[in-house]
Amino acid sequence: MNPRISYIAANTFREAVRDRVLYNLIAFALLLVGAAILVGQISIDIERLVVINLGLTAVSLFGMLIAIFIGIGLVSKEIEKRTLYTMLSRPVRRWEFIIGKFFGLAGTLVVNTFFMAVGVFAALLYVSHHLQRPDAWLLVALYFIILQFLMITAIALLFSSFSSPLLSAVFAFSLFVIGNFAEDLRGFAAMAKGLTRWLATGAAYVLPNFSALNVISSVAHGEAVSRQLVFYNSVYALFYAALALCGAVLIFERRDLK
Amino acid sequence: MKPARRTTIIASVLLIACLSGVVFTLGRVDRLRSGASLQEILYISSPKVLKRLSLGYEGLLADVYWTRAVQYFGNKHRGYVENYRLLAPLLEITTYLDPHLMVAYEYGANFLAPRPPLGAGMPERAVQLVESGIRANPDSWKLYNSLGFIYYFEFKDYGKAAEAFNTGSKISGAHPFMKIVAANMAQHAGDFGMARMLWTTTFESTNDKQIKYNAVAHLRALKVEEDVTNLEKLVSLYQETTGHVPAHLSDFVSAGILPGIPVDPTGHPYKVMPDGTIQVRNPDDFPFITKGLPPGYQPLALDFSKMKLETPR
Repeated sequence: MNPRISYIAANTFREAVRDRVLYNLIAFALLLVGAAILVGQISIDIERLVVINLGLTAVSLFGMLIAIFIGIGLVSKEIEKRTLYTMLSRPVRRWEFIIGKFFGLAGTLVVNTFFMAVGVFAALLYVSHHLQRPDAWLLVALYFIILQFLMITAIALLFSSFSSPLLSAVFAFSLFVIGNFAEDLRGFAAMAKGLTRWLATGAAYVLPNFSALNVISSVAHGEAVSRQLVFYNSVYALFYAALALCGAVLIFERRDLK
Repeated sequence: MKPARRTTIIASVLLIACLSGVVFTLGRVDRLRSGASLQEILYISSPKVLKRLSLGYEGLLADVYWTRAVQYFGNKHRGYVENYRLLAPLLEITTYLDPHLMVAYEYGANFLAPRPPLGAGMPERAVQLVESGIRANPDSWKLYNSLGFIYYFEFKDYGKAAEAFNTGSKISGAHPFMKIVAANMAQHAGDFGMARMLWTTTFESTNDKQIKYNAVAHLRALKVEEDVTNLEKLVSLYQETTGHVPAHLSDFVSAGILPGIPVDPTGHPYKVMPDGTIQVRNPDDFPFITKGLPPGYQPLALDFSKMKLETPR
């Protein structure tokens, strides 16, 4: 990787850690342990399912929130503190700054997810006393969650490159919600006619599709995930993240920073 | 005292006072609102809407709704309430959100089917629930077993029960008893032996403690009902021969009819009543019996805590 991008990424990672982002791991651990104990007492026969569902949902939601709330401040914070000007006065290109920020936050989220995944497997071991072969599919669900993070980080950076932090948060969160309805949107498009059909179909393809990347429910029941889905989801997420990053670079390159 | 320290002390005291105030007032508010009214609300009754609102995390929401259904049933059951209005919708939401949550079909049918106070008295809804489970999980023989149970015990529709057991027995991995039950159903439907076979195989084919306790309770009830039926026949024979009802079961032993005084599965001897009927000493020990009960007896809520996990002989 370009050394300037690596340097910016490493600094972004360090900054996130200094911002005590990884403190969420403590809340996560408490949530998992508390839920495992509580559900064992108040429900019937779903301790294992709750640990998986709650664990993976928490990994996903905590990560999404970190991606959105840190992602939206990545550019604006540097402008506010005027550190961006120092950086850009050196031989650092604007696109390198955006890409470096992206990798820095993505790295933070991967580390965060790794520790949370360790927590999920530890809780599962505590509840079931042993791990089973189908539990390996949880790794695929975690991989898909990381793919979602890459997409939402790129989206947050895209909005951060031209908008205020508050509006960026609103836009990014809205896209996250809409992204979970992407398949419905495609269904509406199929039912519509004429121009509406074209517009709805266009929107369905331009908006991110997060629903295909959510396999938590099925892996909780030990169902296998097909290799093709893993492959196409990986390619889709990488294309989408790259698309959003290209948009962010294009806007940021033209942005008047005076 | 330094002003900063004084502020800390005052703020700490105020914090504790306010927390106590919050707890006290919330307690008062809860007393004003009845517990039932708080639980009888299903804010969103459409499973489809809930699935959309879950933003893809429907598995976790299904777990929440399953826990809510268990709590709802448990609270109603403990309170001897006969109206389980929300139970079926809660189970339908749960299984729509997670169609593979087998526990919701199996236990849910057990909550719905039996007559109150043991269940909600909605065997039709139980059948609907299990059938929807079969549609979503066609490879689960256990759901056919649940369906057969409902038809057998709640509807006494032995033909449909046999059909359910037979279909389930053809699924790969089905417990061998499914085939035996299906084969024997036509000849022995309604027999104590058939019912005993169903509950014994349920006991043996599960690792779940609650299901095991339930099976044991049913087996004990079957033993009592069989004993009571047989003893009442003996009493009427005795009455025909001697012209009076035996005062005690030891009269049978003295007359050489029985080798010893018959006891229920908890070891207590049965009682002969002046009208010739037979009763158990402690009806509360047998939540599922329909015979051998004192007139007007209301069964208690199920409590398996004192039961041993042994199948009665």
